[in-house]
Amino acid sequence: MASDVEQWKDELYGTDIRAEIERFAEEGWEAIPDDEHDAWFERFKWYGLYHQRAGQESYFMMRIGPPGGVLEPGQFREIVEIADDFSRGPAENPVFGNGWIDVTTRQAIQLHWIRLEDVPEIFERLESVGLSTVQACGDSWRNIVGCPVAGKDKHEHVDADALATELHDTFKKNEAHSNLPRKWKVSVTGCDEGCGQGDINDLAFEPAEKEVDGETVTGYNVRVGGGLSRNEPRFARDIDVFATPEQAVDVAGGISALFRDNGDRENRYNARIKFLMDEWGPEKFRETLQEEYVDFELHAAGEDLRESYSYNAGEADGKHDHVGVHEQPDGNYYVGLNVLVGRIGVDEAYDLADAADEHGSGEVRLTQRQNIVFTDVPEESVDDLRSQDVLEHYSPDPHPFQRGSIACTGTEFCSLSIVETKNRQVRYARWLTNNVELPEGVENFHVHLSGCTASCAQPQIADVSLRGMKTRKDGEPVEALDIGLGGGLGEEPQFASWIAERVPADEVPGAIANLLENFEEARDSETQSFREFVGERDDEELADLIEPEETDYDDPFMHNTKRTWYPYAEDDDLNESPAPAKADGTPIPSDD
Amino acid sequence: MTIAVRTLDDGAWISVNDSRQVSVSDVWTLSHGTFCGCEPAYVLLEGFFGVDVSGSIVVADTVGRCLDCGTQDSIDRLPVGRIVDGEFKPYGPEGVQSIVEPTSRTRRE
Repeated sequence: MASDVEQWKDELYGTDIRAEIERFAEEGWEAIPDDEHDAWFERFKWYGLYHQRAGQESYFMMRIGPPGGVLEPGQFREIVEIADDFSRGPAENPVFGNGWIDVTTRQAIQLHWIRLEDVPEIFERLESVGLSTVQACGDSWRNIVGCPVAGKDKHEHVDADALATELHDTFKKNEAHSNLPRKWKVSVTGCDEGCGQGDINDLAFEPAEKEVDGETVTGYNVRVGGGLSRNEPRFARDIDVFATPEQAVDVAGGISALFRDNGDRENRYNARIKFLMDEWGPEKFRETLQEEYVDFELHAAGEDLRESYSYNAGEADGKHDHVGVHEQPDGNYYVGLNVLVGRIGVDEAYDLADAADEHGSGEVRLTQRQNIVFTDVPEESVDDLRSQDVLEHYSPDPHPFQRGSIACTGTEFCSLSIVETKNRQVRYARWLTNNVELPEGVENFHVHLSGCTASCAQPQIADVSLRGMKTRKDGEPVEALDIGLGGGLGEEPQFASWIAERVPADEVPGAIANLLENFEEARDSETQSFREFVGERDDEELADLIEPEETDYDDPFMHNTKRTWYPYAEDDDLNESPAPAKADGTPIPSDD
Repeated sequence: MTIAVRTLDDGAWISVNDSRQVSVSDVWTLSHGTFCGCEPAYVLLEGFFGVDVSGSIVVADTVGRCLDCGTQDSIDRLPVGRIVDGEFKPYGPEGVQSIVEPTSRTRRE
């Protein structure tokens, strides 16, 4: 039997949703019939609107997805102005205030506390600068990720930005691909450092070379079926296909159509293409693609560049992220700035937009490590840029604990999350920076905190993987984290093993400190990387190296933050929620 | 009266009549033997993957983990509340729950 979601999608989906959003916006939140809430909130996702969690009814998260994370001059500033005008909540966040933008691990931007009544004006303003929220959520082509410094990087092999943009233009608002069985995440990598993170995507294009008709052609190898969610992580599998840049869009369309027709529409928990790949295997997948979905002979895979992949790889030479000052092929520089947990307050975001305009081309690019990159900074302007006050906090040379931190949205807004994440990871990073000395030679140390198994912070591919849990401490349930080790991408990607489970959240910084101390004592030499060290040990040995303990780290979020309407509100009880609210913020009384 | 029950948002919620009623991430107290050897078992619910109405009882299929012994498993037909005069009355996660026997296979997403 088709699920409710499939029935709603059959009735109305895709671009038809826009007129309905505008109608509801005109008439107000209360115009959405009570018995149609589930259906409409599911459909709104297609336009990048996600209803916030319980206690925050009538407020939405809005996601804006620029392909490859490239925000052209003027686009970043418009998003900041929209956040300033519309993304304000009824209570303050103690770290970030009220009004910010979130850079996500899929190179998108998320705004919170958005009112439905304001959405048409926001859409118009986004469209006026060439941006859109189309298919940012929902069962379709999500934001296409890729090398954020495409066209600007000396490690580039093939132009990922051109293909990401072509895929975006082809498959956004494309009726034949609007309604897929589930979300569809696509990555395009063009460099030899692997910064597109193709291994964890449904569909990955990776740089490769191939002899075609006696000539060496640069293009892409194709992998399918990666993803991290639901305790079922998979790396994308090699389907033995090489696509020339000219063929890539047709190959992508064929694979998307294959998923559309063969993905499981009866069980959403079995719907992602990784499960179809489990069932079919890459050989049958390729055969079906060739026979039914493309009308040309597919090339066998070419020679890839995976040997040199360093992004998020833990031990390889080369860049692990895009932070820092890097020379472009044209002699200008790109400057990667660290954004701790991806969140930028509105006032600082204006300063960053000014700095990008004054010292670079005005482009602001978003990375999968929740950071931003300014491009086209002339050599003579680099020092001026670095002296800007705003770069003290958004630094091109941050401490490794700040640089390595990633966190998802967490219980602040997310329905699925089990624990508070962003404020907690900020506190972790600061405590670690102030209290823990990294062992000699460790310049990159990635700690990813995800609130649940959906894995939006990509926890399984970090040096230290943290995943939301609960435990009982002194007889009371408290927020806790599972701790995993050994994850990373690179030539031989590996998911973390979950070594210590249900560690009270206030003991995690002590656990990381002890782990690093034990690593420093026990490693073979000062050149042995943390990932190598972990790779040489079994789970039992590693468990002995994690010694959770309370320290002077203070965690104000040990209670059940999900049971609040907003974890940081002075009176946070669900019954005190000011939601749902009218457009002006006035609470709408309940019928009870 | 027809009761519409479904899971929402990747299994984050049980929705009853288009209202988000039961959330993941709460710790439920389960009686001995229904989940693991702990008595009682304090089980964190991590996701819902099915929901049904059994008589007047709303039952959920879910995945959970015991906070004491670490057992992770699925739970079929956990009672999460009941329908009284057409209204959903949730059971608190703190109350000791046992699993009801299946009486219907008309499981909804």
